[in-house]
Amino acid sequence: MSGIHVSTTINGDPVEFVCQPGETLLDVLRDRLRLTGSKDGCGTGDCGACSVTVDGRLVCSCLVLGAEAEGREVTTIEGLADGENLHPLQSKFIEHAALQCGICTPGFLVAAKALLDRNSNPTEEEIRFALAGNLCRCTGYDKIVRAVSAAATEVRKQEGRKQRRSF
Amino acid sequence: MAHDTSFTNQEFKVIGTRPPRPDGVDKVTGRAAYGADTFAPGQLVGLILRSPHAHAQIRKIDTSRAEKLKGVKAVITSDDLPDLTNGDRAMLDILENCMARGRALYDGHAVAAVAAIDAETARKALKLIKVDYKRLPHVTDVDEAVKPDAPIVQPYVRTAGVQPPPTKASNISQISEFGHGDVEAGFAQADFIVEESYKTEQTHQGYIEPHACLASVGPDGQGELWVTTQGHFTFRNQCAALLGMDVAKLKVTASEIGGGFGGKTHVWMEPVALALSRKANRPVKVVMSRDEVFRATGPTSSTSVDVKIGAKKNGRITAATATLRYQTGAFPGIWGMLGAMTAYACYDLKNVKTVGYNVLVNRPKVAAYRAPSAPMAAFAVESTIDLLAAKVGMEPVDFRIKNAAKKGTKASYGPTYGPIGIGPTLEAVKNHPHMRARLGKNQGRGMACGFWFNFGGQTCTDLNIGVDGTVNLTVGTVDVGGSRASLSLIAAEELGIPYERIKCNVADTSSLGHNDTTEGSRGTFSSGMATIFAARDAIEVLRERAAQTWEIDVKDVKWEGGRAVPKGVRHSNLGTLTLEELAAASPNTGGPIAGHNEVVADGAGVSFASHICDVEVDPETGATKVLRYTVVQDAGKAIHPDYVEGQLQGGAAQGIGWALNEEYIYGKDGRLQNPGFLDYRIPVCSDLPFIDTEILEIPNPNHPYGVRGVGETSIVPPLAAVGNAVSNAANVRLTHVPMSPPRILKAIKNRRSNATTG
Ligand code: FES
Ligand code: FES
Repeated sequence: MSGIHVSTTINGDPVEFVCQPGETLLDVLRDRLRLTGSKDGCGTGDCGACSVTVDGRLVCSCLVLGAEAEGREVTTIEGLADGENLHPLQSKFIEHAALQCGICTPGFLVAAKALLDRNSNPTEEEIRFALAGNLCRCTGYDKIVRAVSAAATEVRKQEGRKQRRSF
Repeated sequence: MAHDTSFTNQEFKVIGTRPPRPDGVDKVTGRAAYGADTFAPGQLVGLILRSPHAHAQIRKIDTSRAEKLKGVKAVITSDDLPDLTNGDRAMLDILENCMARGRALYDGHAVAAVAAIDAETARKALKLIKVDYKRLPHVTDVDEAVKPDAPIVQPYVRTAGVQPPPTKASNISQISEFGHGDVEAGFAQADFIVEESYKTEQTHQGYIEPHACLASVGPDGQGELWVTTQGHFTFRNQCAALLGMDVAKLKVTASEIGGGFGGKTHVWMEPVALALSRKANRPVKVVMSRDEVFRATGPTSSTSVDVKIGAKKNGRITAATATLRYQTGAFPGIWGMLGAMTAYACYDLKNVKTVGYNVLVNRPKVAAYRAPSAPMAAFAVESTIDLLAAKVGMEPVDFRIKNAAKKGTKASYGPTYGPIGIGPTLEAVKNHPHMRARLGKNQGRGMACGFWFNFGGQTCTDLNIGVDGTVNLTVGTVDVGGSRASLSLIAAEELGIPYERIKCNVADTSSLGHNDTTEGSRGTFSSGMATIFAARDAIEVLRERAAQTWEIDVKDVKWEGGRAVPKGVRHSNLGTLTLEELAAASPNTGGPIAGHNEVVADGAGVSFASHICDVEVDPETGATKVLRYTVVQDAGKAIHPDYVEGQLQGGAAQGIGWALNEEYIYGKDGRLQNPGFLDYRIPVCSDLPFIDTEILEIPNPNHPYGVRGVGETSIVPPLAAVGNAVSNAANVRLTHVPMSPPRILKAIKNRRSNATTG
């Protein structure tokens, strides 16, 4: 079988790879590019551990083909922090002990980022429904919901500061 | 509240604070390496072929076509895993579960494995392996399996625990009895007696990370295994024994672990990965699919339990019995025995008797699942307790308080309790505002108690002080949920230095002595104990170095606030020596400074919890919504309260899923019909409310800080707490878990038709 050549952008960097037609984006990220932050919890779109965004849209990378990344912008957990500076979601997850084993954490963070990008002031219910595609078996979700809510407050504060600066 | 805190009045500096965990940044940035996240040069992909039949004789396996496929480097069957167990049947069972030997015992049982250059080739190779099966009659239901004419799962098994020893094979591998007093006499004194039978279905631990490992064995007989496990030392010992390797030559490294809950205390495909690597002479990575995880690893028992409890008008229980049948999958297990031991552990009973049956069926080998066996027994007992309280005319909480075990109670499973927390958790429940909150239409409240033994076990810990005064704490217990943070807190407390100066690592099996598996809630308890002693050992050395520097007797040096301080006025001109100063001088005062401890940490301290649950049941659909949930549990001493709360919340959520949704569904053909997260539905974020926690601290007298294990008890009460709430909301007793919408609807319908005919 001959591979497909793909040119794409991952976490802002130009990336090229060759993959088989049946290979998922998750397989490419993990096994070819060694970006193992995206996790494989089911491979069937049911756990959200593999969450990434493609052109800003939240997807399960286990349900996207590697070849579909051609010409698109993919963001993974590895691209969430701004250099040394953690995203507020990341620091609030640590501060609120929103992870135990942490295997679900990358998926939750990517999904929560997608939520905050469209709604920086979500209610508890909005958070719970936005994250309903991500399974966590350790925490009972309590501290995750609190961390996302606290991160939303932080993001709004930062945005407020940015806006004030630009005036 | 009147807790017995007499043995300790310690003032802690950092214990009980909530600093960020040391592995936090790695885990929120995707850097942490789990079982499937590591790579070796030249690694192959290993895949396992599994039986599609519940029970079948394997007449022949033809691997020749697979072997010829380009890119296939090894194909193995049980022929490549010869029996080296020397008559140790328990070890042979482990080996047989890893790879079928002549008979496939359940849907999903491994029969062959391949290693190939990539996943695509490995998948093709699996398809080329031809297995000639002869299907055999099977049994998957626990009540069917105990019938005399049931198909026999393991012909070698004779029922243990009966006299005279039977000569015929049976699916009942063991019967065990616990209790004391005279239950017949007790029932004769009772004014009210309730008898009821219950069923619970099989559930899976449901860790989000599938089993994964990277195995590498060289022709020199040395090997390495990187694996997601709760106990890398146990994995090493078992893999080495099963493969005929030297224990010291197999280095096992525990990866970060993506959840285990007991399911990662057993080897499943690790010996297979090592055997593949040995045959291919290349590193082999094996990662299970979710389907494989469900079909072939670690579910808990499905059960069938009969309970009978009698009480006097004044609310005192006079006698209690239970018969508990637990299936253990296709291999003997101890699960029915544990159910029988835990069933009445919360109560102070004069006359009590429980009988546990371990029952073989054609399902995957049952593994530990968080406080294994206790939730099902608690479901049956705590549901019956509610029924009996209603008959007596008492509030469920008052009835429980009246009969609760206390210090000095002889437990139904044998020992006499020291200071315990069941009474205080019940009082806390009674006084909790949750109990007074108003309920609306179709809503109900339930409560229930739970117990777990906890476990200590073998532990070995190193503490090394660096030249700059920072400290490496090296432990051998896998961190399943934040124990590195708790252990660093303990080391900081003992040494008197800031938490940030401690770095806790989990050592591989070549770098530290044996540590038992992280199970039985032992991580923080036993490694915590060893950390305390290792730190005190290091403090001895620090004091000696200070004494040497000052040229005074070591008896005249004390350790205080992270520094050596000379005692007495005659030394008052000496000043003090900090840990940093002593560490910096160490090359010239006798070399590196370290502390070490090996211990069999006994006395893990039993743990109790009481939960309150509010639900709303939709009478049209049978759907249940959990409205509010409160956990009250005794932690002995909470080292890092965030992670204690996390354990309480996580266990409650798993219990809620078990109570309402989760179940293995087997078809008539004995095949598992829902091996995926779509059809085996665990609770998601929108299914649950915030889970309130209240941590009580009734110190464990066997631990220097009073710590008890906290990881498991929280899954024990929820089945019954939810069951009692649903029964109150729907006005009909639910006796079958999970209480899925169809089961609830059926119960409501039966109640209505009984009401019209009656
Ligand atoms: S791995 Fe993609 S949703 Fe589970
Ligand atoms: S923290 Fe373990 S699955 Fe979420």
